[in-house]
Amino acid sequence: MIVLPGEFLDERKGRKLGKGVYEENGKVFAKVLGLSKITDTEVSVIPLSGTYLPSAGDRVIGVISTVEIAGWFVDINSPYLAFLPLGEAVEEFVDTSRVDLSKYFDTGDVIFCRIVKVTKSKNVVVSMRDMASRKLYGGVLVKVTPHKVPRIIGKGGSMIQLIKQKTKCEIYVGQNGVIWVKGENKGKAIEAILMVERESHIPGLTERVDRMLSS
Amino acid sequence: MKKDIKLLVEGKRLDGRLPDQLRPISMKVDVISRADGSAEVRLGNTIALASVYGPRALYPKFLQEEESGIVRVRYNMVPFSVDERKSPGPDRRSIELSKVMRLALEPAIFLEDFPKAAVDVFVDILQADGSTRVAGINAASLALACAGVPMRDLVSACSVGKIEGTLIVDLNGIEDNNSESDMAVAMMPGRDEITLLQMDGELNKDEVLRLLSLARENCKKIYELQKQAIREKYKSGE
Repeated sequence: MIVLPGEFLDERKGRKLGKGVYEENGKVFAKVLGLSKITDTEVSVIPLSGTYLPSAGDRVIGVISTVEIAGWFVDINSPYLAFLPLGEAVEEFVDTSRVDLSKYFDTGDVIFCRIVKVTKSKNVVVSMRDMASRKLYGGVLVKVTPHKVPRIIGKGGSMIQLIKQKTKCEIYVGQNGVIWVKGENKGKAIEAILMVERESHIPGLTERVDRMLSS
Repeated sequence: MKKDIKLLVEGKRLDGRLPDQLRPISMKVDVISRADGSAEVRLGNTIALASVYGPRALYPKFLQEEESGIVRVRYNMVPFSVDERKSPGPDRRSIELSKVMRLALEPAIFLEDFPKAAVDVFVDILQADGSTRVAGINAASLALACAGVPMRDLVSACSVGKIEGTLIVDLNGIEDNNSESDMAVAMMPGRDEITLLQMDGELNKDEVLRLLSLARENCKKIYELQKQAIREKYKSGE
């Protein structure tokens, strides 16, 4: 059900407070415009709109904005720049007093990384020390509303698999609402992604995307 | 601007309203596709258009607050909004109203959720016929909600005043210019908290209290209309 900011959801009764809610005198209210989710263990609101606010564990696509002495600042499509320390990006030993870090990543490079730390005053640290993280060469970036990302991925990745199969494109989706597309048919793939963003609330989406891509 | 006219004829106002009657109100959300959230509010002939951007990065850096975000509001009357062309750009009045509207909206927003960042609110008055600041606040709070900014409650506002000894609601342009007193009230109706209270003219204590309860009552009516406006937009989504 759609709830508005300030709307009373339920008594707390010792349950966990999820995202998008606040508590006052044992009563739980919605904080943002969204869809309420009240279960036996948790009360939360899934927002319908809003900018991306980073949280630890998210996989995001970022663009290197500046090269520093011991790392990089990365634009992750949010109000805060993320920092990528040297040790979280490069395996080998690097002598920072002699080496120019732009030989690893230069401004404008696109990376697929994971957010490892977000402090209270929103200092964000990202890391590339896992298998999935990589530098993305070529391709184009598409920005969508971050809250539509689960729709674009689909149940168990069904939607994104469909688009990948039909267009033979390479696609990476960041939870910050940035999508990277590379391939000959990227125009079609982008069209499909934007269609999902626009029409995600209308039932029968997968069939429509399928039809659009087959035509 | 004061004119010598009777504002109340046989208990009815110049536009045929009863003293405690609001003008026809219409509200629309997400009217500007490039903004994060936007809304248009019409109170009779007054039209306010609000757009919200953010939370977004805030520069220059000395404006940033370490523990909380900030809200910036700009109130602007477009040149063709009034009878005689208003010269464009900020003037003394709009700078003051920008601040007043910011103070009215700030208590409703969870600023601590986006430290070092800023939410920008732009309110443009396309057509002015009295009560522009309350129309602006109503539009701004709708736009904030649509932009997904975390809020305690929606902010609803309405103006009340006194003409020829009678207490009235929602002043239009002529009444505003000729009133004995007028008061702008903004509140979070769900929590029954007042966020803005401004008064001009002379009133006694009893009248102030009566006007306040009148304003409270009408803010609740506007609150319902605001909620309806947002629900209308997302109806197909349920």
